[in-house]
Amino acid sequence: MMTEFTPLSSLAGGALIGLSSVLLMLFSGRIAGIAGIIRRAIMPDPNGRALEALAFIAGLVGAPLVYSGVTGAGVPQTVGENFPLLVVAGLLVGFGSILGSGCTSGHGVCGLSRMSARSIVATGTFMATAALTVYLVRHVLEG
Amino acid sequence: MRLMINLALGVLFGLGLVLSGMVNPAKVLNFLDVAGTWDPSLAFVMIGAIAVTAAGYAIVIRRGQPLLEPVFQIPNKSDIDAKLVVGSGLFGVGWGLGGLCPGPALTSILLGATGTLVFVPAMLAGVVAGTLVVRALQKSQEA
Repeated sequence: MMTEFTPLSSLAGGALIGLSSVLLMLFSGRIAGIAGIIRRAIMPDPNGRALEALAFIAGLVGAPLVYSGVTGAGVPQTVGENFPLLVVAGLLVGFGSILGSGCTSGHGVCGLSRMSARSIVATGTFMATAALTVYLVRHVLEG
Repeated sequence: MRLMINLALGVLFGLGLVLSGMVNPAKVLNFLDVAGTWDPSLAFVMIGAIAVTAAGYAIVIRRGQPLLEPVFQIPNKSDIDAKLVVGSGLFGVGWGLGGLCPGPALTSILLGATGTLVFVPAMLAGVVAGTLVVRALQKSQEA
């Protein structure tokens, strides 16, 4: 299925993600890595500020309501319907991002912005395995 | 105060995910499908997010201290270890299977797609499992 190329709204949305990441560093001194924020919320450790992590998550969850309230527009989305596959995908995303110390936001945005060598390796790795997975699913298994 | 700030920054981050198209797995999977129905939009999300974050971090970190905490909590590890590479690799496979990573998965919950509601609990279980494994590995290294 084709999707529309949206360079401007994608660039603007990316800038908002960046602004949130900068402000979180300014106020709380923390990396805006969502996998880490989830971990702090559901597997608390003494220095993790679990309630703050939960508040950030509540904001993420509520954001589509704010978006639709302000713009009057819906949020276009097509999610897969192969449910066993999505269970496997969810387990891998959760487990892998914690083992690898970060996800698309923590490594891909915040880490690359700091020119962290670990984040450069992590981002290169997950981009490669993600693209390879899509290739295998779409062009080998289904093709 | 801390909770309100985290809530607001979560909303801002989530608005970025919605506006950018990251919240739509069909767009994410097309970004990863270079050999097929490629949609380069998400490269613009990365560019926008990294440009703002890199510039903002440079200013904020020069302050020496965040506003609400005594110190910045910035990862200072530099070793490329097996955990980083294996974890990132697994994360990428899961991302490529579902088109959802942690931030967009949470921001999708209220949009109510069945696939999201299947994915998110699996992701949370993966975070719990990953945290337990990381903690066990740390213990065995300290012992």
